[in-house]
This record gives sequence, C-alpha cells and structure tokens, in this order.
Amino acid sequence: MNSIILLAGTRLLVALLLVFSVFMLLRGHNTPGGGFIGGLIGATGFVVYAIACGTEQARQALRVPPENVAMVGLGIGLFAGVMAAFFGDAFFVGQWLFIGATETEKGLPLSSVLVFDIGVYLVVLGSILTLTFALEEGAD
Amino acid sequence: MSWILGLPIIIPFFTAVIAFLTKERPSGAWWSVLGSLLTLIAAAALMVVVLQEGVVAAQMGDWPAPFGITLVADLLSAVMVVITGITGLAVAVYALADIDEAKERLGYHALFQVLIAGVCGAFLTGDLFNLYVWFEVMLISSFGLLVLGGSRAQIDGGIKYVALNLVSTIIFLTGVGLLYGVTGTLNMADLALAVDQSDQKGLLTVIAVMFMFAFGVKAALFPLFFWLPAAYHTPAFSVSAVFAGLLTKVGVYALIRMFTLVFDHDIGFTHTILLWVACFTMVVGVLGAAAQQDFRKILSFHIVSQIGYMILGLALYTPLAIVGAVFYLVHHIVVKANLFLVAGVAQRLCGDTDLRKIGGLYKSAPLLAVLFLIPAFSLAGFPPLSGFWAKYILVKASLDIDAWFIAFIALAVGLLTIYSMTKIWGEAFWKPHPEGVEPELRAIPRAALIAYLVPIAGLATLTIIIGFFPEPFVQFAERAAAQLLDPSDYIAAVLGGGT
Amino acid sequence: MEVMLSVLVGVLVAAAVYLMLARNVLRFLFGLILISNAANLTIFTSGRVTEAAPPLIPEGAEAPVGLVANALPQALVLTAIVIGFGLFAFALVLAFRAYDALGTLDSDEMRVAEPVEDTK
Repeated sequence: MNSIILLAGTRLLVALLLVFSVFMLLRGHNTPGGGFIGGLIGATGFVVYAIACGTEQARQALRVPPENVAMVGLGIGLFAGVMAAFFGDAFFVGQWLFIGATETEKGLPLSSVLVFDIGVYLVVLGSILTLTFALEEGAD
Repeated sequence: MSWILGLPIIIPFFTAVIAFLTKERPSGAWWSVLGSLLTLIAAAALMVVVLQEGVVAAQMGDWPAPFGITLVADLLSAVMVVITGITGLAVAVYALADIDEAKERLGYHALFQVLIAGVCGAFLTGDLFNLYVWFEVMLISSFGLLVLGGSRAQIDGGIKYVALNLVSTIIFLTGVGLLYGVTGTLNMADLALAVDQSDQKGLLTVIAVMFMFAFGVKAALFPLFFWLPAAYHTPAFSVSAVFAGLLTKVGVYALIRMFTLVFDHDIGFTHTILLWVACFTMVVGVLGAAAQQDFRKILSFHIVSQIGYMILGLALYTPLAIVGAVFYLVHHIVVKANLFLVAGVAQRLCGDTDLRKIGGLYKSAPLLAVLFLIPAFSLAGFPPLSGFWAKYILVKASLDIDAWFIAFIALAVGLLTIYSMTKIWGEAFWKPHPEGVEPELRAIPRAALIAYLVPIAGLATLTIIIGFFPEPFVQFAERAAAQLLDPSDYIAAVLGGGT
Repeated sequence: MEVMLSVLVGVLVAAAVYLMLARNVLRFLFGLILISNAANLTIFTSGRVTEAAPPLIPEGAEAPVGLVANALPQALVLTAIVIGFGLFAFALVLAFRAYDALGTLDSDEMRVAEPVEDTK
C-alpha cells in the first residue's frame, strides 16, 4: 500500500506501540497488563508497519524470523517454570528477589513470574506475526 | 516427587525449542531423537515410582488441590506415558529417514515434540480444564504436522480434521463450563466426590453425554469418526504413525478416565450408549476398511474399528472388561504405529500406497514382509501375538455377563480384520508388481534403511514380547483396572495434600 | 442476569449452528467463532454472576475481605479466549491456503483427499 499519510502516521505509531507494549508487559504484575496483552500490542506495531511498508520490510525490522521469536519465548517461559527447581520448590512456584530491600521498603522486586511473562510476550508476538505475515504474503 | 511427574512434559517442550532453533542444520533431527530418548527414560522412571508407591500427585505452583493444577499418575497414566515415550522414540528415529529437508526446515521436529508434550500432559493432568489446554496443545501441533508441506490432499484433509476437531473442542469447553456450574470444581478427584454427592443427577448425565461427544470425536467413535479416514492418509508417514498410535488414544484415555472416575453415577444409561457406540464403531470401521484399496486408508479405517474394542471394554464395565480395555489400548498403540511405519517403507520402495499399483514386496523385500506380518497378525488377533490376548480378554468379559451378541460382533469384526490384512498382504506383498518392478531394500541408502527398520523391528519385538509373555502385562492391566474401578487411592493422592 | 445470559448463549448457539451448516468453509468458521463465544459465556455464567467487588486481596490480609467475585471462571474464560483465538487464526490461514490450492471453499467440492472413484 502506498499512502503518504499512512507512512507518516506509521513512523509515529510503531514506535509508540512498541514502547507501550513493553510498558504493558512490565506493569502487568500488579495492575492490568502483562505478557499476553503486551505481546498483542507489540504485534500490532509490526502489523501496522507491515501494512504500510510491506511484509518484507517488517521482517527486516524484526531481524529474526517470527517463528523463532515464538519458540525462544516458549523456552524462556518454560525456564521460568523450571527455575523453581533450583530453589527446591514445585514447578511454577514464583521465585522472588528483592533488590535493595530494607525493613520497611520492598525494594525492587524481580521474579521468575516476570521471566515467565516475558516468555509469554515473545510467544504471542512471534506466533501472531507468523500468522499475519503468512496471510499478508499469501494475499500479495 | 513433583519432578518426576513434570519431566515427561517439560523435556519434549525443551527439545522442541532446541530442535526448532537447529532446524536448518542436520543436527536438528538428532536433538529430536535425544529428547525422545530422555522422555522415555523419564517416563520409565515415573513408572518405577508409581509401581513402588502407588498413585503419585503433584501440585503445580504449590497451590493446594482442588484449587491449583494437579499432575497425577496412576498405573494407567504411567503406562500411557511410557508407551508414548516408546512410540515417540521409534517415530523420531524413523523420521531421520522419512522426513525430507524441506519439512525439517518448516519445523517438523519441533511440532512433533510439542505434540508429544501435549499427549503426555493429557495423560498426566488431574484437572479437567488443564486437560482441555493439553488437548489444544496437541491439536495445534497436529494441525501443523498434518498440513506440513502443504500438498493439495493434505490441505483438503486438514480442513476436515480442523473443522470437526474444533467443534469437539468447543463442546468439551461448554461441558467444562456446565460441570463447573453444577459442581463448583474442576479437579477430577474432587469432581468424583462432588458428582457422588450432587443431587442433580439428570443434569450431570446430560453433561456426561456432552463429554462423551467431545471425546468421542477425538477418539473417532461412530458416528463421529469421519475426519479420521479423510485426513490420516495424507501427511508424512511418521506423522500418520504418531497420529494413529497416540492421538485417538488420548480420546479413549479421556473417556476411560472420565467414565470410571467422574461419571459413574448413571452407568445404566451412559455405558449402554457407549456399548452401542462401540459395536457400531467396530462394525462400520472394519466394513469401511474392506472397501478401501489404499494401504494407509485401510489402516486408517482399522483405527476406527479397533477403537470400538477399547470402548467396548469400558462400556461393559466389569473388572475383566476394563482389564481388556487397558491391555488393548497399550497393544494397539504399538501395533498400529508400527503398521503405518511399514506402510512408509512400502511406499518408499514401490512409489505408491495404492494397492492396485504396488506388489512383489515379499519376493524383493522378505524382511519387510516378516516385519509387516507380525503387527498385522497381532492386529487381527492371531495367537500368540499381543492382539490375541487383548481380544480374548474382551470376548471372555462379554461372555462372562452372557452378552453373546457382543462377543459375536467382536469375533466377527476380528474375522473381517483378517480379511483386510490378507488383502494388504496379497496385494502389496504376494502378487507380482503390476509393472514388473522389483523394488529391493538395498535400493534405499544404508543409513536411511537402518533408521527405517530399527524402529519397526523394535516395535515388532515389543509386540512379540507382549504376545509370548502376557502374564506380567495382564497382571499389570488388572492392577490398573482395579485402580480405575476403585478410585479412592487416586482421590486420596490428589486431595491428601501430597506434593 | 443468569437467565438473560443463558438466553444469549442460546441465541448465539442457534446462529452459530445455522452458519456451521453452510457448505462454505468460511461461513463455517464464522459459526465457530460464535459458538466458541457462546462456550465462553457459558463458563462465565456458570461461575454465577454476582454484584461483588473484584477479588483483590488487600495489603497485609491473607484472603479477600467481604463478598468478592469468583475469579476462577474469568481465568478459565481468558485462557479459552486466548486458545480459541490461536486456533481460529490458524483455521483462517488454512482456509485461505485451501482456497489457493483447491480453488474452492465449498466443502462438497473438496474431494482431493477422498476421490470419488476410490469407492468403486
């Protein structure tokens, strides 16, 4: 599709969508959001880019094939679940690390739950892009 | 304890990731073999634990049952996981020769491993909604495997497979929703208690029939089996074999689990339906097979027919019949997967699976002929192979309760099975090749030949072992059936707070 | 409220079945979306629709305070929506490929895997 308005708008939108998707991913633990919705928003960014500039460009922007993104995400998610084993817990028990925690402050909480969410993010991003790219390329 | 239950699911998933990232290299297929081997070891370890300690259960994320997701293994689950491991390993080795580079690049090995993970998950879960999730994992990977390569026949078969399986999935999901509405729980052990105490038996029976429909599609029961012969002969032979061996059996397993553990409140109604369905499935499947002229299509229809035997065991619902169902389930996975593997070699040698276009295999490849005869005779129920004992137990179980008619059908279907097997034998092996070609095993490169024949010979050996030494297997099936009919151990293991 | 939702489920299922009986694969898929939404609503309704607070546990407490909504069906529905979405996306791509490869979306004309002469 060749439209000046779309191209100009896309530049702005894609950046916004990608940043927003990471924001959604990170705030997901205590407030609405998370890996799934973040992945969807991130995928929307690339899809918009693909509509404006073609899937070829979008694939280049992603750098790695979307299927690989999804599979790596699956690996990360699984790893997060298995991590509990190193601490002697059952599968998928959240492991927490509070950086700089004091008596009253919780500090910066890092957890295997977040790692799992990042995995979900990548799976969703990768699989949706795989399917939409396949559809768009088929339509050309 | 929780480890041993999770490993048969986790290992294939990790293997899938590695196999996918190495799909462009020749090592990708070997990762799949290694992963399958590790899965089999993990499954065997699980079996040892279950044999020693009885039913074991683990709670994911340490959420106590019935609130969290439970993984649980009794003897039936354990043996199913072991047999999944064996079939998975055999097919992974076979795939070294069968799957070409183009399919590997599309991620065949990763999809295959995800499928195995889904199957193991379905066998091990103790939570109904989680079972739904595993069904979906299986379904998505099987969709991918089925249309991998994208030939016209594959896409055609794929559409029918996808459409009917999606309908079954949604009925399953609706059933889950309604069951939750009536009982307020989805943990299977907890459901068993809740269904016993519930006073809405009529409603529960309706829900039970919904589950029967949903699992019936998966298991390819009459009259819901039409997707199976439409799709199973189209993909690569490795894919056909693993589908034929495992996928429908997950449906059978789910039926056995649900209709012994949860829905045993109105046996007179639900199991009578199952009995009729089983008889029709046996007869229609075998008649369908008799009309076919293609190696794989005949085998596909036979899956349907044989599923009927397993459901017959469940439907008769006597201790001996359940023993027969469990025994049949295990025997059939090995035999049917093996037959599809043999069909793959035959196709490689003769260039087709249409029986009218091939022949002469006995003369040119006698080893393959022997390897075909073992599973084929076992399927038809010739003594002393595994299929004979499986059929014998089921027929004995129906005679014990004076169900002459049922026993007659089971025997007649066995006879027709022999007809189909001799048809394949006569056309593909006995008669000369119509175009005078004499395909020899030596035509296949040595490495590929080993990858083809080792799994076939391994599974055939297993069939012979089960056939000649059935005693320990029958005893095992008896113990498994006893656990199924008296689920108190199962319920105690899940709800007793064991981690 | 439950009654209204149940009626809605019924209407959805009726419309879905009507669509799914069509020969056109695309209509079938649209029917599938409708019926999967009906299934999701069924789960949601099964969890009982109550006027209650969101099931959030206040700081320092071990369990939610007061009457809260049932969180489980919502989690189930969410999972089911995600899975349904994935399956449907796949089915759509497949239908598209089928149209490419077979040149038709009429399920009666899809006879490549089961040719007619086979039954002779």
